[in-house]
Amino acid sequence: MNIFVLMKRTFDTEEKIVIQNGKVSEEGAEFIINPYDEYAIEEAIQVRDQHGGEVTVVTVGNEDAEKELRTALAMGADKAVLINIEDDVENRDQYTTAKVLAEYLKDKEADLILAGNVAIDGGSGQVGPRVAELLGIPYVTTITKLEIDGTNVKVVRDVEGDEEVIETSLPLLVTAQQGLNEPRYPSLPGIMKAKKKPLEELELDDLDLEEEDVEAKTKTIEIFLPPKKEAGKILQGDISEQVKELVSLLHTEAKVI
Amino acid sequence: MARKVLTLAEVRDGALRNVSFEAIAAAKTIAEGGEVVSVVVGASVRSLANELIAYGADRVIVVEHEKLAAYTPDGYAQALQAVVEQEKPEGIVFGHTALGKDLSPKLAAKWQSGLVSDVVAVEETGGNIVFTRPIYSGKAFEKKIVTDGFMFVTVRPNNIAPLEKDESRTGAIVDVQVDIKDLRTIVRDVVRKTAEGVDLSEAKVIVAGGRGVKSAEGFEPLKELANLLGGAVGASRGACDAGYCDYSLQIGQTGKVVTPDLYIACGISGAIQHLAGMSNSKVIVAINKDPEANIFKVADYGIVGDLFEVVPLLIEEFKKLKVHS
Repeated sequence: MNIFVLMKRTFDTEEKIVIQNGKVSEEGAEFIINPYDEYAIEEAIQVRDQHGGEVTVVTVGNEDAEKELRTALAMGADKAVLINIEDDVENRDQYTTAKVLAEYLKDKEADLILAGNVAIDGGSGQVGPRVAELLGIPYVTTITKLEIDGTNVKVVRDVEGDEEVIETSLPLLVTAQQGLNEPRYPSLPGIMKAKKKPLEELELDDLDLEEEDVEAKTKTIEIFLPPKKEAGKILQGDISEQVKELVSLLHTEAKVI
Repeated sequence: MARKVLTLAEVRDGALRNVSFEAIAAAKTIAEGGEVVSVVVGASVRSLANELIAYGADRVIVVEHEKLAAYTPDGYAQALQAVVEQEKPEGIVFGHTALGKDLSPKLAAKWQSGLVSDVVAVEETGGNIVFTRPIYSGKAFEKKIVTDGFMFVTVRPNNIAPLEKDESRTGAIVDVQVDIKDLRTIVRDVVRKTAEGVDLSEAKVIVAGGRGVKSAEGFEPLKELANLLGGAVGASRGACDAGYCDYSLQIGQTGKVVTPDLYIACGISGAIQHLAGMSNSKVIVAINKDPEANIFKVADYGIVGDLFEVVPLLIEEFKKLKVHS
C-alpha cells in the first residue's frame, strides 16, 4: 500500500508566546512534530506493518523541518520529502500549502493519505480536506479508528464527542484525532536507521508551480496577545461562607448566573 | 461596499444550533448592508426557516433531499455548490463546528478561495472587513483580511452575539432542488456518547473536573451542578488519562477549546495544556485544595478547598438562588 503522511513542524505551544516585530518570536523556542500529526504517522506505520507497502512523510516548510522529518523516519516511516518554498513564496496561507501538497501528490497514486486534524499553531484544520478535494478523493476528518479490508475502509470519527461509523473506500485521506493510537517514541536503532533513510528536498520549480499559482488568498495584518487577566479574587472565610459569597458574586458582579 | 453573504444553518436533533444565529450576525457585518441569505440543508428542515428570519436572515434557501439526512462532505458540497452557483455570493459564513470544520476546506479548495477559520470577532475598520482568530491554542490572536476571492469564514460558537430574535421580521423562503449523487462516504451509525442536550462547544456554563475528582463516580456532583445551571461537563487531560471520563469531554490543547460564560474548574491544577483550551472563558471559577495551583492564576474567583465539600454546597446555594429569582 502506498501511504503518505502530511506533517507540520510546529512551535511547541507549551512555550510562552512572545511577540516581536509583529510576529511570534521563535527565538529559543522548542519545535515539535504537530501532536495530531504524530497520530497520523503512527497510524501510517501500523497500516504498513499490517498491509505492507511504504510510508512517505511529506512536509511543506523550511530546512529546519529536516529534524522533525528525521524523527518521523526514526519512528518507522520509510521516506521523507521536504518541500521548501520559503524563498519562492512570500505570502502563504492554507491555500498555498494545500496546493503545493496536492501538486506533489497528484501523480503518486497514493492509496491512503493521513494528516493531523489540526495544527496546534495556526489551528485552522484546513489542509487535509483541501488536499483531498484537489486530488479528487474522499476524506474523513477527526478519526479515532481505521480498519482497512482490501479497498473497503471502515472509519470511526469523533464528532464533538459522539462517534460516527463511516464506510468508504481507498484511495482516501483521513485526519487523525486524539485517541486514534499511542504514538511510539523513536527507538535508538530507529534513530540510527533514520540517518540513512532517503530525505528528498524539493522546491516550487520541481513541482512546475509558479509563485502566483500558490499565492495566499488571505493575509495576517496583526498578531497580539490577549489582554492580561487581573489577579482573581481568592475567597476567604469558612467554606460555606465562601460558597455563598461566590454565588452572590457570580450573580451580581460577574452577572453570568 | 454592500455584499451578498450566505450562511449555513446547522441542525442538531431537529433544532437549529445557536451558532446558526451567530453566523447570521457575523454575515450582517460582512455584508455591510447587503443581503444575508441563510441556507438550511437536510431531509426535512423547511419548518426551521422562519426562525432564521427572526434572527436576521433576509432570505432563507431550503435544500431538502433524503440523501442529506445525515451530513456527508460530498452531499453537502453538492447542495452548497448548487446554491452558490445560483446566488453568486461574495461572502460565506459557517459555524466552526465539526460540520463546518469538515466541509468548509473542501468548498474553499473547490472554489479556489481562501478560508478564515475559527473567527471570534468580525469588524469593519478602515474599509476592510477584519477577522480576529486565536492562534497557538488561544495564547495569541491574529487579525486577518481576505485579499482575493470570497470572504469565506467559520465562526467559533459562543463568541459573536446573535441579533435579538424578532418574530416580526419577514423574508422569503425559497426551495432549491438538487440532485444528490455519488456519496463516497456513508454514515452507517452514530453512537451518542455525549450527554443529552447541551454540547460542550456551545455550552454557556461548563463544570470541569481534573485529577482531583479521583474517580468516575467523583464526576456525579459535577454533573448535578452542570445540569442545574443548564451547562455541560468537561474534563482535563489528567482526568481522561486516568479513565475517570471519556476523552470526548477533554478540554485543552489536545481536546476541545471552549469559551463559555462561566467555567467552573474543580480539582484541576491548571497545566498549560488545559489552560490552552479554556483560558478565554468569560468568567473562571477555580476550586482546588492546593492554594498554589496554577489554575488560580487564570481564575476570576477561587475557593481553596475540597471540591467534594464545595460542589454540594454550591449546588445548594444555586438552588436557593433559583427559587428566589
